[in-house]
Amino acid sequence: MFKRILFIALVAGALGGLVTTGLQMAHLWPLILEAEKYETAAPAHDHVAASQPATAPEAAAWKPDDGAERMGFTLLFNVLTGFGFALLLNAALVLRRAASADAALDAGNGALWGLAGFAVFAFVPALGLPPELPGMQAAELVDRQVWWLATVIATAAGLWLLIFGRGTLLGTAALKALGLLLLVLPHAIGAPHPVLDSAAGPRVPAELAARFAIASLVAAAAFWLVVGAASGWLQRRADRAI
Amino acid sequence: MTSGKSAHTPAFALPRTALPAVAAAALLGIFMLFGVGFAGPAAIHNAAHDARHSFAFPCH
Repeated sequence: MFKRILFIALVAGALGGLVTTGLQMAHLWPLILEAEKYETAAPAHDHVAASQPATAPEAAAWKPDDGAERMGFTLLFNVLTGFGFALLLNAALVLRRAASADAALDAGNGALWGLAGFAVFAFVPALGLPPELPGMQAAELVDRQVWWLATVIATAAGLWLLIFGRGTLLGTAALKALGLLLLVLPHAIGAPHPVLDSAAGPRVPAELAARFAIASLVAAAAFWLVVGAASGWLQRRADRAI
Repeated sequence: MTSGKSAHTPAFALPRTALPAVAAAALLGIFMLFGVGFAGPAAIHNAAHDARHSFAFPCH
């Protein structure tokens, strides 16, 4: 079973990574490159809190050359990210198949799972932390990472309970209420936001940031639909082969 | 294909023996995503930079 999940995740993740790379080159890259002009123009790397030591080595550290090398690494990391997300999605698919006999699975159904993945990893976290361009002011990195991670976990658990929760120990209604609570809780607590500092130098224009946030979410939605549909289709084929 | 409890897991449910594989796959996925999205070293950050921004991981 492990090999089966690994193989399906590799294929679905690579497909998703390719789609993401295409959308990135057309819609995201131009915005990232434009924003970097403001980032390098800013005096002190202003989107990181000045106290954070990790900023100093960043200037000197190795980075891929602009052009083919940077594109190549981005493609590589898109595929690796796709593989990682597809592993989680397929683990969830198989878990669901082990828990319930009537969990049907095909490309269409897989696309729905993909939509859930989109909600968990992109759409719902974006409510608190919109996709960022380089050079935007933001709260302390660790705070944002903690909120993002907690939100992803709470949203995944909340959606699972809301959709599949059926009570044995607790009643069904109680499980679904718990799911709803988990969905809302991260936003009731609130995401960390920066205190905007207008003296910090040139800022990424809001027009760029708005376009980037939407383009990033659309790319994520396409990625998850492709990964979900491909996973569902391949899982069904693998079921038939048993 | 089915485990012993066929009353609870009719013909199409996957066996419970699939669960360790599910856990292993999920762990590997988390490991990959941590490497791409959260790993600290500047070289990894720079190589994964555009992918991080595009997938909207909290970055920088």
